[in-house]
This record gives sequence, structure tokens and C-alpha cells, in this order.
Amino acid sequence: MRAFEYASPTTKEQAVGLLGNNWTDADVLAGGTDLLALMKDDIVAPKRLVNIKDIRELRGITLGSDRSLRMGALVTIQELADDPQVQKAFPVVAKTAGEIAGPQIRNMGTVGGNLCQRPRCWYYRAGYGLLAKDKSGEPLVPSGDNRYHAILGNAGPAYFVSPSTLGTLFIALGGTVRLFGPKGKREVPVEKFFVIPQKEGDREHDLKPNEIVTEIVLPSLAGVNAATYEVRQKDAMDWPLALASVALSLNGNKVRSARVVMGYVAPVPWRSKEAEDALVGKTITEETAKAAGDAAVSGAKSLGRNAYKIQLARVAVKRAVLAAAGGAK
Amino acid sequence: MAEYKWPDADKRNLIGKRISRIDGPFKVSGRAKYSFDVNRPGMLFGKIVRSPHAHCKVKSIDTSAAEAMPGVKAVHIVAQPDTPAAELKWVGASVVAVAAVDEPTAEDAMRAIKVEYEVLPHLVVDTDPKTAGANAVPANENKAGDPDKGFADAEVTVEGDYGLPVITHCCLEPHGSVMEWEDDGKNVLAHLSTQAVSGSVAQIARPLEIAATNVRVQQDHIGGGFGSKFGPDEWDITAARLSKKAGKPVKMFNERDNELMVAGARPSAYAKVKIGLKKDGTITAWESQSWGTGGQGGGGSPPLPYIFNIPNQRKQHTAIMNNIGSARAWRAPGHPQGCLITMSALEDAAAALNMDPYDFFQKNIEMTGQRAQVYSDELKMAGDLIGWKKNWHPRGDKSAGSIKRGLGLSIHTWGGQGHPSDCDLTIQPDGSIELKMGTQDLGTGTRTALNIIVADTLGLPMDAVKISIGDSRYPTSGGSGGSTTIGGISASSRRASLDALDQIFAKAAPALDAKPEDLEAVSGTIRVKSNPSKSLTWAQACSKLGATPLTVRGKNPGPGNLGSQGVGGVQMADISVDIETGVVRMNKMVSVQDCGLIIDLKTAESQVYGALIMGVCYALYEEKIMDAKTGRMLNPNMEFYKLAGIADIGELVVHMMTGKGYDERGVIGLGEPPVVSPGAAISNAVANAIGVRVPYLPLTPDRVLAALDQQKGGK
Repeated sequence: MRAFEYASPTTKEQAVGLLGNNWTDADVLAGGTDLLALMKDDIVAPKRLVNIKDIRELRGITLGSDRSLRMGALVTIQELADDPQVQKAFPVVAKTAGEIAGPQIRNMGTVGGNLCQRPRCWYYRAGYGLLAKDKSGEPLVPSGDNRYHAILGNAGPAYFVSPSTLGTLFIALGGTVRLFGPKGKREVPVEKFFVIPQKEGDREHDLKPNEIVTEIVLPSLAGVNAATYEVRQKDAMDWPLALASVALSLNGNKVRSARVVMGYVAPVPWRSKEAEDALVGKTITEETAKAAGDAAVSGAKSLGRNAYKIQLARVAVKRAVLAAAGGAK
Repeated sequence: MAEYKWPDADKRNLIGKRISRIDGPFKVSGRAKYSFDVNRPGMLFGKIVRSPHAHCKVKSIDTSAAEAMPGVKAVHIVAQPDTPAAELKWVGASVVAVAAVDEPTAEDAMRAIKVEYEVLPHLVVDTDPKTAGANAVPANENKAGDPDKGFADAEVTVEGDYGLPVITHCCLEPHGSVMEWEDDGKNVLAHLSTQAVSGSVAQIARPLEIAATNVRVQQDHIGGGFGSKFGPDEWDITAARLSKKAGKPVKMFNERDNELMVAGARPSAYAKVKIGLKKDGTITAWESQSWGTGGQGGGGSPPLPYIFNIPNQRKQHTAIMNNIGSARAWRAPGHPQGCLITMSALEDAAAALNMDPYDFFQKNIEMTGQRAQVYSDELKMAGDLIGWKKNWHPRGDKSAGSIKRGLGLSIHTWGGQGHPSDCDLTIQPDGSIELKMGTQDLGTGTRTALNIIVADTLGLPMDAVKISIGDSRYPTSGGSGGSTTIGGISASSRRASLDALDQIFAKAAPALDAKPEDLEAVSGTIRVKSNPSKSLTWAQACSKLGATPLTVRGKNPGPGNLGSQGVGGVQMADISVDIETGVVRMNKMVSVQDCGLIIDLKTAESQVYGALIMGVCYALYEEKIMDAKTGRMLNPNMEFYKLAGIADIGELVVHMMTGKGYDERGVIGLGEPPVVSPGAAISNAVANAIGVRVPYLPLTPDRVLAALDQQKGGK
């Protein structure tokens, strides 16, 4: 790890003042589960680390009078899983959080960090850049070992998969991320917070180098049945191979509206309008759930080694739909 | 004169009982010091600039900027340009080393070193002999019996492809050492993480060009070796050189990524197998073309067919040299590969005949040779423990739903003869006892076993004996590899204890008015066998030594039959597969194992538990994933070099075959055999569950789904 300056502000105003205009100026330290590994591997080398853990207003979970849920960026994933209000009013959030990675990650990792963590593409993590090109500019992923890479939105130049489980769920639930920067507050739908970089140097988030995530807000879950299904190889600490979060509004037995979002399949959490359209007006059965899964991957394409992930995404959507509908009965 | 044998079952107070390891509390509380934990006054930190290329020549090295940095105390070039050492053959090979006052300074110095490389062609991925070109080194065809006739006699032939990739040792304590020069730079004290305390001395002395008598190796505890830590590595010698230059101790341990890249690879093995069969299940012939990689050595030829001495055989193996960190012995070298290929092929053969593999193995059990009856008994025991006859179904779980359950089995063998071992047992006139031996506790419980043997032999409680190991100044004992430790150290320590007891009997006899041969050591006393009321306490007896302590040298080999070799084991796996996701989950594994006389039932069982867990890891998760183009390892970390966690292991059932017919064979090693079968047993269980063979380990979702797809596509 390279030498760096360390700052520990107590207000968000101080924090953004300590950040720079370039990504190499400074990095935000929250749980540190991802950042410290990136620094040790010399993938990022910020001149300054800005520890935000002493900023009290970034903590806390509150349920609004309108039944909305506000989560401070510093809420740990385990706190989210264990919170009685969340378990009662947003059971899908508590359950999804409680299954992320493993206890060490959940205890240290934060909600804001889960959204802002960097992709786990092994070419990126080996120092070939986020878009993973060799010295001649040739992309390494399409001709390389892409078993864990994208099956959707993978026409290039980005081939990695977004690693955010909570991002996937929050998009399904119509969440909003609140940011703070030198010009004050800014709000972005979680769906728009994730972007596909087009050139090296671009980021995979709508976030400026001198902004921080302050909180995430989810609208009331009243009348919505939601579930996440994660396909992962190991029960112990592991990352998903594919996951899906589904939110259904039902009218009697029929789906009035649906949001279907897949994780670990594309450079961003991938919302599938095809799957949503396949569900609207239908009663959820094994067949309609399967049809939604098929629709979700109708545009998916293998990069060579990752065709199996198309099947995993299909199954994740099907099972998430069935699990969500199961909550309705 | 002592009779050198193990006590009869009714005379064993400690031997064969279930006894907790004596270093357990130290390990779980963090007090046990591993070589990695050694810190010395003024110690420097060593780091190595490593090759980023899988094959290259170092053209020039400029260390001037690094040497000028404050805090940098020594620099040593490993890959000197314009020498044969300049050609580097894998990513991570050492180029130049630095020692600095702390790790960040050493890392800054690494970045300040300029190295120019000439990049050369490489091969890093597993590539079959047809496409490996000049990297393929085919061996001659091997024949036994009359394979043509064997296949002509066959009523059914079954063919299949099987294989398992290169994996790494993934020691939790990485390879490395703290090296220091003592006595004005005359002697080296090496705090080495090693499986061979005594054996490392000469290997350290030779490259440093000093007398072996000037080297001392010390190690209290080791955090895993698995065959990859038999001596100092190049970087340990480099640490000693840096230490010499700087005049300070130097600590040099691999970082995790380098540990996975350069500190040990288990060779891969792939094979195309054809088996000839009679319809009644009799095996008539075997044919295999096999190949594998394992770095520059190309990996070894696995034993094929494994255990089953099929009468007619034709086989050929091709070693493929490639540009990855060197192959090293990995727990039962060659056996997991030979076992996976053979037991999978045999299970496929049974399936082709619609036979239960349990019956198929029993039918052909005589082909296993002299341990046929042991295997047969163990199959029965394992079958009972997993409910084979009740739970087994023909290939393909026909039950509804996406979760399919299956059973698989495998058998394995190993030698385990005890290695040469010397020890000194000292009894002080106050009755205190110390055993000194230049062995090491590989994590298996060597200290505990020694303690049990000495205490049991002398009729004393465990805490009456002090066990001192892990220092090359103690009498020489063999390296811990090949499952040779328990056989060696148990025999030498038993002989030393019996000889010492003889001398104590001789000293005590006059006071008891008895002959030495009429005495026995029981419950902390020396007493007359025919009249136990005539006794001395142990301390009273030892006081007869006068002022001079007694030291006895115990040796192995030596008189009496205290050990032997050759074990057999049977394992069965019960797994579930989600056929929509290809995810395999362990339900239960049963391991039935013999290893002669067991010294400590608890640590013996623990070795089997550990082996099963390691087996689940390589069956389901482990693979050293190399990138063809860049030549780099893609998963040199603990996120994508996956190992099982507790939640992934399932229920483990261990049964040790002991008692009559087993104990008489004396002590035999156990470390390796139980890790041989899990890959095969689990692969067979998956085939049984889903109705099709997944040809290659690890059994990851992509491979399971591909096999299911192929099955759906119709054969």
C-alpha cells in the first residue's frame, strides 16, 4: 500500500471539502471492505483517505410517517438485516441484506459502500483498468476468461458485472440515493445512479469525485410484494453468480405492475422491461414465472465462457417472482 | 532388555484413547507462535520484485533509486541479467529483493526499481497434447497382460473423459521465514515455516556456502504445508542474503497473491479411459491416454488404473510443461488424480451395466490385491453409515423438483511407513522427563502423540512429560511428508521410553528387593508385578539415579515391529444438485479408514475430518485459473480461489478401523490417504444424482449445467 494522508471529518461539509476534483485526489473510507483491498493491490492509490465514519448524520435507519424507509449511508449491512422496523415494514430488505456475502462483510460493509463498491472483474483487479485492456488497447475480457462477466449490456467497452446486491434490490423498490457535494444536496433514482462507463477513466456511478452518498430512501412498500433470489455457489462467504430482485403490485391474483432487476449480469443492475411486460396482467404460476425468466434473458449473450450465467439469471428471475408472489397469498 | 512392542489393548492407558491435543488451547487463544509471528529486535522486512510475465528474460535491472531511499537497508538481485538465472518461467518468479525498515518502505523501494524484460512465448492454461506442441513430452506406452484380448473378451466397453485442474496448496501461513545471523555473522538462525526442521539445515547451508553445522532451524508451529514446505525456498535463501548484507534479521513471507502463484501447484491430470467388461460386471481390460500440466516439470503420471489391478492394460501419459509456478507434492501426490480418473471410470462402467457400484466394486474387489478383505469390510461399514442400500438409486434421481440427490463412493490407498527418527529422552533425578526430537508438528498433533507414548510407557500422566520439538539442535527426525511422521516418531519415542524404563527398573530393583524384569510402571509407581504393594513412587525410583540424569537415545528403524505400511480407505458422499442452477451441496460424507494402531483417536479422526474438508474444496471449488493471454493467475486471492466454509461442508462421519486385525500392524501414517477419495466420491455422487457424468473437477455450476445440456441434447 502506498502512503496516504488520512482525514476524519465530523460533518459532511468538511468531508466534501476534503475530497478533490479528481478521483486520484482522495477516496472515501466507510466500511473499507473493498477500498483497503483495492489499495493493497495498488489498483487505487488515493493521496488522501477521508474517513466518514465519524459523521453522525450518515447513520441511522428511520421509518417515515409515509412508511418510507431512510437508511443512512453508514448503516452496516448487518444493522439493516437486524433492524426490527426494517424486518417488519421492508422484510425483503432485511432478508436480502442478511444473505449478502458473509458475516465479516455484513458487519463492516455499509449500505452506501454496497452501492459504491468497485467491480470484481479479475482483469480490473489485476491492474488492467476498469475496461480491462492490454497495452495494445485490446480488450482482455471477450477473448479471455469471462466466466464471471456480463451477459447483458456486454457489447463493450465494459464487460464487468455490477457487484451491488442492494443496488439491484433498491432499483426494484424504486429507491432514491441522496448525494452531497460542494454545491449541496442532489437526489438520483438508484436506477440512474449506476451507469455504464464508455471510456477508461469513467466511473460506473453517477458520482463526482467530491460527492458522498448520504442516504438512501425507499418509498412505502404498501401493496408491493417483493423478493430477492441469489444464485451463489457457496453458502459460506461468496459473491453471487446471478441474482434477481422482483417487486410486484397485485390486483387480486393478477400482476398490476412489476419491477424486475437482475444483479451480477451486466455492468449495471439490469432492469428487464421484457420480464416486467411478461408479468403484467398475469397470475403468477410456475409457467408465468418461467416466462418472465425467459423474457429477462431474451437479449442476453454469452461472451464465450459465461453462457451458463444466462440460465442462472433466468432461474433467479423465475424464483424471485415465485418468492414475491408467495408473499401475496 | 526391553521387548519392543506396543502394549496389549488392556494395558493401554493413553494409547488409542480420544485425547485432546496439548497445544489446542495455545492455538485457539493465539498464544501459539507460528514462524510468521516471529519478530526480532531490529528486524527488517523483505519484499521481492516479481516477474509480471509468464516467460521472459531480464535484460537490465536498475536498483540505484531504491538503494538511495532512506530506510532501504539491502538489495539483492536474484535474476541477474546475462546469466541463466535471467530467464524467468512464470509470473511471480523473483527478480530482485529488498530489505527495508518496514513493509511500506520496502514496497516503495520495489516500485523504484526499474527492470527491463524481453517477453518470450508462454503456455499457462491446460492444453491437451495435440495443441501443446513442443511443450508436450509423451512417455512410452505401457502394457500389462494382453489388452487386445481383454477388449476382445469384453461384452461391453465404456469410454469416458475425466480430469481435474491445477490447484494450489493455499497454506494459511504463507511460505517464508525470519532469517538472522548470530555470533558476528557466523551462524544462521532460520525461523522457517517448514515440514522438515532437521532436513532444512543442509538446504540452507549449501546455497549460502557455509557449513551445515552453522545453521539452526527453529519452528514451533506451522500454518499448513500439505507437501509444499519441505525446505527453504529461493526467497528464504534470499532473505538470509539480505540479512547478511544488512546485518539485521530479515522477515520474508509471501503475500497471499504470491503464495497462490508461486508456492505450490498440484499438477492437473486428464484422461480418456476405455474399460472392457463382462455383463456380469467382471472387468477385463483398461486403456487410458492421460496428460497433465504442472509447471516446468510437467506434472507426474498419475497411478492408473488406481488400486484395481485390471488384468489387461494399455496406457500412455504425456507430461505438458507450462509456465506456472512449480508443481509441488500435494497431500498424496498423484493419488487424488489417479483416484478421480479410475473411480469415475469404474462408476460409469457400473452405470452402463445397470449395476450398483457398491456391488460392482465388491465383485471386483480381489483386483485390489492384499487388502481386498479390508476394502470389502470398509465398504460394508461405510455403506451402513450412509445407508447405501436404502438410499442408493440407479443413475438419475427421478423424484420431482429441481433438487436431485445422489450417492457416490470411492476407495483409496497409501503407504505410510514411518521415517527415520532419533530422539533423546532425559529423566532427571527428581523424576521430571523431557523428550527432545528434531521433528515438527505439521498440525497433525505430533506433540500430543509423543506425549501419549512416553507417558503411557512410563505409567505416568500426560503432564509429567515435557515434549520439545521444532529445533534442528534436537536429534534428527524425518520431514513430515508421505504420512511418515507418526510411524517414525512413535517408534523412536517408544523405544527410548522402554529403554529408559529398563534403566529405571535396574536402579529401583534393589530398593524393592526384586529383579528389574519383575517390575512394572503403573499409575506413577514402579512396582513388583506379583506384589503391587511393593512399590516406589516414580520420583522415589528416579532419585536412585543419584546426581546424574539419564538420557536414552531412541531410534527408528530399530528392534521390534512397531509399525508397518499400506492402508485402505473407503469414502461415500451424499450430495444434492440443483439442476436448474448446477449448484452442488454436500449433505454428508462418510470416511472409513484403517491405519494400524492408533495413538490418539481424536487427532487421527481430526486428520480425516481435515482431509474431507480439503477434499470438498477441490471437488467443488478449487482451481488455479490462468489467463492464456497475459499468462497471469486470475484468482490469486481468497475471493475467487474458493474454499469451502463451514456452511458448505455438510455432515462428516469418520470411522476408524481399529482393534483385532488392525492394531497388530503397529503404527501407520494417516495424513494423506483420506484426502484421495473425496473428488471421486463426490463426482460419482453428482453423476448418480443428475444421471450424467460431469467430466472435470471442480464441479462448478457451469460444468454441471454443461453436462446436463449435453445430456438433454441427446447422446
